[in-house]
Amino acid sequence: MPKPEILDPQGKAVLGALPRLGFSGVTDVRQGKRFELAFEGEVTDAVLAEVEKMAETLLSNPVIENYAVRVES
Amino acid sequence: MRVGVVTFPGSLDDVDAQRAVQVGGHEAVALWHGDHDLRGVDAVVLPGGFSYGDYLRCGAISRFSPVMTEVVEAARRGLPVLGICNGFQILCESRLLPGALIRNQRQKFLCLDQPLTIENNRTPWTSAYAEGAEVVIALKNGEGAFVADEETLDRLEGEGQVVARYRGQNPNGSLRDIAGICNERGNVVGLMPHPEHSVEELTGTGTDGLGFFTSLAASVLA
Repeated sequence: MPKPEILDPQGKAVLGALPRLGFSGVTDVRQGKRFELAFEGEVTDAVLAEVEKMAETLLSNPVIENYAVRVES
Repeated sequence: MRVGVVTFPGSLDDVDAQRAVQVGGHEAVALWHGDHDLRGVDAVVLPGGFSYGDYLRCGAISRFSPVMTEVVEAARRGLPVLGICNGFQILCESRLLPGALIRNQRQKFLCLDQPLTIENNRTPWTSAYAEGAEVVIALKNGEGAFVADEETLDRLEGEGQVVARYRGQNPNGSLRDIAGICNERGNVVGLMPHPEHSVEELTGTGTDGLGFFTSLAASVLA
């Protein structure tokens, strides 16, 4: 996700479009990205540590983005 | 001088940059993203375009191309490197320059004749300009808004690392109207406008961009 202090023009455009379609009550929209990584076998702590590294080096830009890692089966 | 121009998959302005290098009085050397080789050049230009389709983030994938390993290492040793537009994005993703470039504030792709002020003429790419020179250079980008935290912005301003600033209306939402910056040493310059499109009267917005390519000789001879 873009960090809270970073302007998110895409989110703002979506926020502007919602009332035009009759949706009300939304006060803010932030647009981010979701990556789904598949692994063979169990996602161990070692695998998770690798994923954290991937998130830091390539998947996100820590200058402007925050990330969170979640395991789903 | 021999000036390398890197071609990434999706680079658009590499040939224009090569031509600008020649108009500026240098030999242009084509460099390939997949090679671990700078072919002994005296300076490198990372050109504009949409390398890797701007997938993931602009410049994020190019940053890890083999040639960039060499560029990053040579830049740390002092090799002059100029990143234009997508090249600027690659320099930020490589952490050779601070901050990042995000989507234009009003979402639209821009293409205009952009007035700029050259604020730092002590880099190898800007020494041909007078400090405070007012120029007009082509600007075309979709993700050209420069952002960084307040502390970084203050440091850039305090250390004279703001190389060029937008004059008049801010076209893309760049913080503090920043159009270009350099690293602490000054050898690495990132610029959102396209000086390579402003080097000949016949095409482009005049010749105000030529100084970025003639500066090299001046700075080396100085």
